[in-house]
Amino acid sequence: MEATVLNLLASILGPLWAPLWAVAKPVWPLIWTLARIVLIMAPLLLCVAYLTFWERKIIGWMQVRIGPNRVGPWGLLQPIADGLKLFFKEVLFPAASDKKLFVLGPVMAIAPALALWAVIPFSPGWVLANVDAGVLYLLAVSSVGVYGIIIAGWASNSKYPFFGAMRASAQMISYEVSMGLALITVLMVSSSLNLTDIVMAQSKGRFAGYGLGLLSWNWLPLLPMFAVYLISGVAETNRAPFDVVEGESEIVAGHMVEYSGMAFAMFFLAEYANMILISAMTSIFFLGGWLSPIGFIPDGFHWMAAKMAAILFFFLWIRATFPRYRYDQLMRLGWKVFVPLTLVWILVVGVWMMSPLTIWK
Amino acid sequence: MEFKTILFYIFAAVTVLAALRVITARNPVHAALFLVLAFFNVAGLWMLLQAEFLALVLIMVYVGAVMVLFLFVVMMLDINIEEVRQGFWKNLPLGALVGGLMVAEMAAVLSGRYFSLANLPPQTLPANYSNTKDLARVLYTDYAYPFEIASVILLVGIIAAVMLTLRRRKDNKAMHSSDQIAVKSKDRMRLVKMAPEVELPAPENKGEQA
Repeated sequence: MEATVLNLLASILGPLWAPLWAVAKPVWPLIWTLARIVLIMAPLLLCVAYLTFWERKIIGWMQVRIGPNRVGPWGLLQPIADGLKLFFKEVLFPAASDKKLFVLGPVMAIAPALALWAVIPFSPGWVLANVDAGVLYLLAVSSVGVYGIIIAGWASNSKYPFFGAMRASAQMISYEVSMGLALITVLMVSSSLNLTDIVMAQSKGRFAGYGLGLLSWNWLPLLPMFAVYLISGVAETNRAPFDVVEGESEIVAGHMVEYSGMAFAMFFLAEYANMILISAMTSIFFLGGWLSPIGFIPDGFHWMAAKMAAILFFFLWIRATFPRYRYDQLMRLGWKVFVPLTLVWILVVGVWMMSPLTIWK
Repeated sequence: MEFKTILFYIFAAVTVLAALRVITARNPVHAALFLVLAFFNVAGLWMLLQAEFLALVLIMVYVGAVMVLFLFVVMMLDINIEEVRQGFWKNLPLGALVGGLMVAEMAAVLSGRYFSLANLPPQTLPANYSNTKDLARVLYTDYAYPFEIASVILLVGIIAAVMLTLRRRKDNKAMHSSDQIAVKSKDRMRLVKMAPEVELPAPENKGEQA
């Protein structure tokens, strides 16, 4: 892709290109990396904005309401209006708060949510950093996300945010365990930590040979792990029905109570960016990423986008459907159901891979 | 100067500064967060040494799990700094002794004359070299038994910690989810069949009720 862009630039600029290139050549890797970061971040932030709109519309329809329809045609400018409102609101600091950490909280929430996108492949070769330890990087950086909530909750020096922070740290650590254990089975069957390799490993198999790639993806042989991963993903992003961190009826909005304006918007952005990220990760690990479900239709980014949209719809769907979990039931589900289930399934997959019945060669 | 060298000095300087702030910060929560910063920079240093597995596991385990629980506890406690600082001069000799010993030992290893560190060939690794794969191969073949024994010891540690703090208090009113889920409608409600009652004309009220 790099060569194509260079050729395109040269043909556009014509005679100007040679002197420009002489200046730009030493810093070209930097320019190229920055350009790709912008190419990932700009659509991502746009997706975040319209995911909030989509969420309000879908939940509206599910509850037989209309949803936002006033700003712009069909309400399409609503997220822009919301963003502008938050942008121009003042960021208030509670008098007894720890000012420095109060600012650091939202930063620590959004930074990992954006940094994680560095290793996500969108299509063969379309990845910012094609690293061998991609899964480890995802697990490591996503575990940092909880600091934003903890720091915000503590720095606010207020009761409800503190409860939110306490709940968050316990919940997110618990569900990281089951998420990581569910991923171990994926790593076992694809024998790689590289995300591109994990997707390509799903393109092989008996059904893929028949032209039904859909049935060769990891979701079918690892069905229980797929369910565990998806549900843990909902819990990890603190979305309903596991949104006890910000449960409105109990602790108002948890760690976000004292935040206003853009500082609040940062938490909001981080939550939705994490949702999109979980959907991307689920489609890579279990749903074959950019692979086409049926043999004769070409692979490509459009499949990845479609899978991500379907998982995002699932997120919104369960939010409109289920009541919030009680906190002790949430912990019980994580530690007493998911963790034992994943541990047993790791053993099952290990035995399966060693037996003559193995489907992974 | 190579770019990696500049990176090394940045990571090293921030590590040392953060580590100093861990012991000098007045607020225990700030100290814990500086420790997190130090961990991050050490992970960066390891990444420069091409030990990406160790670096990422350091972040995952220490930053993502251990320090979160540590912060959890530090935030819950109301630590009085003045009280903690009282024993400073009393404990200084012992602390200085332990610290001096550690510095001396590290210097002995790092100076390297007696450990033939200088004889090691400089590493030139190919671009597709996987640190994780190499580590796993050694861990699960040559060192399989020590690895298993270590994990069993850790498991014993977990169980011991749970058992030490497990008190079945009589006055505990916590609900058990499994009992609640196992409840059948029969346990909570009894349907009684009875003959329909015929409404009798109400007896006339004698005097108003207050």
